[in-house]
Amino acid sequence: MDPGPFLLLASLEGLVQAAVLSLSALGLCLVFGVMRVVNVAHGEFYMLGAVIAWSVGHGLSGHPLAGFLAALVAAPLMTGLVAFTADQMILRKINHNPESTIVATIGMLYVIQQSVLIVFGPDARSMEPPFYFHIDFPWFGYSGYKMSVILMTMVLLLAVWYVISQTRLGLIMRATRIDREMAQVFGISTGWVYGIVFAAGASLAALGAVLVAPIRQVHYLMGLDPLLMSFIVVIIGGLGSMRGALLAALIIGMSDGIVSMLFSPTLAKMISTMLVALVLIFKPEGIFGHRKP
Amino acid sequence: MIQDGQKRSLALHVSVPALLLILLFVLPEYHQLTVARIMILAVFALGYNVLFGYTGLLSLGHAMFFACGLYAAGLPVYHLGWSVPSAFLFATVVSALASAVIGAIALRTHAVAFMIVTLMFSQVAYLATFYFSNYTNGDDGLVLPQHARSFEVWGRHVDLTDPAVRYLIALALLTASILFVHQVVKSGIGREWVAVRENETRTKMLGYNTFLIKFKAMVVSGTLSGTAGAAYGLLFAYVGSTFASIQYSIDALLFTLLGGAGTVLGPVLGSFIMFYLIDLFSSYTNAYLLATGVVLILLIVYFPSGVLGTLRKKWLRWLP
Repeated sequence: MDPGPFLLLASLEGLVQAAVLSLSALGLCLVFGVMRVVNVAHGEFYMLGAVIAWSVGHGLSGHPLAGFLAALVAAPLMTGLVAFTADQMILRKINHNPESTIVATIGMLYVIQQSVLIVFGPDARSMEPPFYFHIDFPWFGYSGYKMSVILMTMVLLLAVWYVISQTRLGLIMRATRIDREMAQVFGISTGWVYGIVFAAGASLAALGAVLVAPIRQVHYLMGLDPLLMSFIVVIIGGLGSMRGALLAALIIGMSDGIVSMLFSPTLAKMISTMLVALVLIFKPEGIFGHRKP
Repeated sequence: MIQDGQKRSLALHVSVPALLLILLFVLPEYHQLTVARIMILAVFALGYNVLFGYTGLLSLGHAMFFACGLYAAGLPVYHLGWSVPSAFLFATVVSALASAVIGAIALRTHAVAFMIVTLMFSQVAYLATFYFSNYTNGDDGLVLPQHARSFEVWGRHVDLTDPAVRYLIALALLTASILFVHQVVKSGIGREWVAVRENETRTKMLGYNTFLIKFKAMVVSGTLSGTAGAAYGLLFAYVGSTFASIQYSIDALLFTLLGGAGTVLGPVLGSFIMFYLIDLFSSYTNAYLLATGVVLILLIVYFPSGVLGTLRKKWLRWLP
């Protein structure tokens, strides 16, 4: 293949990667922004989303599209429920102390991952794409489903933006984010808001996983990679900044996709991680982060 | 009273290695090797505790230092035919350098970001062991050759295939590390670490260079971890990528938390309890890491000071 079309193909792969990454990174970012905690189990919620998607798709015997649509609803809901329960049962008890939460979510990581291992087994499984069609470029054909992943992500991101900036729930979240105590004074039950936000963050990761499940293999260890990538994105974008996270997801996803195709995936991961080091040396607060007063 | 406490604490820290020495003559061969393994992991946890327990910095990348020592010792032995003692010394120096470089970069960040950055670096190190698999043989790892199974020191022949010898070397390293950490945390620099842990801003306002304090903790911690890695590789004649995985960083955290962060003997106790707990669990299910998760959650919710930390709070105020 000529270098031009090859680069186009690589960019398309990068865009797909960036799309899924932006969803899961946004979830991590939302949780950090409102609750000031890092969720190390985030990747496992992603994995849970993919496993639920596979199970739903496998359980419904009809057209794959029906299974996919059902998964698109069921996976985020169920994952969100798990996250909500975990937040209320564990994180609330330690008052969402940042360091303790890291340790507790590492514990959750293992509990979720190993429970899935027990129930789902160690095998990698593949999910059937909801539809097949190829978009024919002059040089190569490209999977229509992958294209639709990019579109669906855009729709989902718009929906997230709408909820956060235009609805009452979003208003409550933003209020809690800006001043927890003042929000409490105004009668907002912040413990409950935290639970919802934690669940919403997990649901976003699960949504990304549903989109990706038909392209990649579903496996109980698939959570680590998106976790690390989301961390990279969130650091580069500035902790807690959603605009930053989206832009960084685009940059990291694209560069990861392109470098993976041109060289090797291992090298791509090493480069992204080195980017983090550079950002930290020259701009510790990230591209869109704010320096603490 | 203070004098009294110091004496008691020194006596306690000497009695633990003495007890382990007696154990050598009681244990069957299989358990000798297991305990030797645990003792090396305990040195790793001791190093982790310097950073986490005393200085209050939560790192999720200590497997990188452990693996750094492991490979810095194993690769020269395998590829260049170095002798065991020189490889060990070399690995210690390399770990000190590596922790200095990584510390200088990672310590630019605070709190949560520090955790993420150490995790990232550790992941790069892990990936690097795969990327350079021409030399490291990636996941399968390298088994060290026959010439590295024994060495001459001061005219004596030391045979590393003998379990008792391995046990004694591991014990010597553990004893040295316990006494070293015990002395350091009692000294001025140890107090500076605790000051940073308790209130970094105030320490800064009192005129201390907190970056330098944290940097020292990072180097001590990384070097101890690297030394443990080197000893592990040389004693058990194997180096592989697994040791660089995030799992090992979390193990160090878990051992430290369980035994009691910020106590000298805590990580040692935690290593022993957790190792045998996982051993027990893995005989029932292959999802034995579930135990790790459950213990972590229970600890942080109900038992955040760990075993020795709780003992210290309730009865043994003098425990360092």
